[in-house]
Amino acid sequence: MAYAARHEGLPAIRPPLMKRIADASAPYLYTAPALILIVTVMLVPLVLGISYAFRDIQLLNPFSGGFVGLDHFRALAQDQAFFRSLRNTLWWTGASVFLQFAFGLILALLLDKPFHGRAVAQALVFLPWAVPSFLAGLNWAWLFNPVVGPLPHWLFAMGIMSQPTNILSDPQLAMWGPIVANIWWGIPFFAITLLAALQAIPRDLYEAASIDGAGPLQRFLSITLPFLAPTIAITILLRTVWISNFADLIIVMTNGGPADRTQIVASYIFTQAFKRLDFGYASAIALVLLALLLAYSLLIVILRQWLLSKD
Amino acid sequence: MRANKAFLIIAHRLAILAYIAFALFPLFWLLKVAVTPNDLLYSEGIRLWPSRASLEHFDFVLRHSAFPVFFRNSLIVSGSTAVIVTILASLSGYALSRFRFRGKYWLVTLMLLTQMFPLVMLVAPIFKILSPLGLTNSLTGLVVVYTAFNVPFATFLMQSFFDGIPKDLEEAAMIDGATQFVAFRQIILPLTLPGIAATLGFVFTAAWSELLFSLMLISGNAQATFPVGLLSFVSKFSVDFGQMMAAGVLALIPACLFFLLIQRYLVQGLTAGAVKG
Repeated sequence: MAYAARHEGLPAIRPPLMKRIADASAPYLYTAPALILIVTVMLVPLVLGISYAFRDIQLLNPFSGGFVGLDHFRALAQDQAFFRSLRNTLWWTGASVFLQFAFGLILALLLDKPFHGRAVAQALVFLPWAVPSFLAGLNWAWLFNPVVGPLPHWLFAMGIMSQPTNILSDPQLAMWGPIVANIWWGIPFFAITLLAALQAIPRDLYEAASIDGAGPLQRFLSITLPFLAPTIAITILLRTVWISNFADLIIVMTNGGPADRTQIVASYIFTQAFKRLDFGYASAIALVLLALLLAYSLLIVILRQWLLSKD
Repeated sequence: MRANKAFLIIAHRLAILAYIAFALFPLFWLLKVAVTPNDLLYSEGIRLWPSRASLEHFDFVLRHSAFPVFFRNSLIVSGSTAVIVTILASLSGYALSRFRFRGKYWLVTLMLLTQMFPLVMLVAPIFKILSPLGLTNSLTGLVVVYTAFNVPFATFLMQSFFDGIPKDLEEAAMIDGATQFVAFRQIILPLTLPGIAATLGFVFTAAWSELLFSLMLISGNAQATFPVGLLSFVSKFSVDFGQMMAAGVLALIPACLFFLLIQRYLVQGLTAGAVKG
């Protein structure tokens, strides 16, 4: 293609018709396999799933399949478990994203300056990222289990817990289990992206600032933070969406229990589809989740436009 | 001033050590329980290392359980997914990197959107579609689903590698009479080998960890992948912690190997995916 453009000034060697057709179709041939797969395995099920939200689809009931209009949504409006899962999603996402980001930023700052053994330290602290999520979940569930795990005993010895019990079965505390596991698992993501942004800051800015007498805190506030701000904003916004949809740890560690105290919307959808095989209701909840996520994305876009217009 | 600086250095090293300890402790504990013989497990509850270590749990898991089958199934699924995705993503990533064409903007937008929306909402419809095709409870079905999920991210990753290779190379080859596809295959692909290896590693790790769709699509033991097998083991024999953790250590091995392979490309991989874990 780039070629055809370059030769345009020389009509004498205009390529034959077949060659031009081949050139024009080339990019479509390269992308077709990927595109076809995405459309058939993601877009078609998405559309089908949206239609399920208005139908009665239960896997074990051969007579189901009829159109039920807005019945699922009426049921949803009365469903206390759903509203609880909405609140839990906010709590799960907010706590996870904030703590992952805070610890990830500190780690990135610690790794920014060269020191002896940095490569090894970096490989070790980033390792949790490679641990499969189901294993991370099981691993932390075991650590919280007083039978084989040390954490309840340590918390008890420190006087934080009155007796060494499993926090995953305590309705008040259970959500902290998956959140801690998520922090452990997600710190590397923030640390890696923020470290890359940190290393892109021109070093002479810092030198110039210290010659002018700026202290470390002042340098951080007036050089580091402004340079990191775009990366921080984009990773936090995207990560928020990703984590609010991330149900693996919860399904592995608590399965939404005890008494739905750790159920988030994503795990609730999965439970409806996987345990109760009620595909219609699951799809209705999914549609609501999709609408909420769209609203959130729209909010970001509007916020960005507003910030840009203010400058 | 000097003492102050020494103090800062010590504080920095201690902070790094604290992070390393936090990152490694759960994995260490997994290994510790896996090598603790059953008779010591409860009596020596929270000791950091048992007074007598043994490999009996690994021995049992490898010889008397279904875990070797789960491991093989997961290897087949993750390996095939990684290879197929890398081939498809090389093609589409090359197109995004080298061509300008109508619809390119929409293609990129579509691929970005697939990274954003909740995949869990596809669980039910994908089951319904694959079921009459005989692709539920089948490794092929899982490969198809995982391939589609990973293609967008891998495309962006491969594109970033192709962008790093100067265009002049294939232009020179094409002036010498090669078609663009030949130039792509014989000149550009060999130069992208490290990128191809990194993409293989990223996709393998992603497929190895996937949980929800394998739980939904697979039911029998014969086709179970590692996460499905491990979770059913957890609910069935919830008492034998030693064996479960030995199995967990096995699940960790390929993930760690691939982590070493892709370590250098983490930044590129995470920014290409942007939202991918």
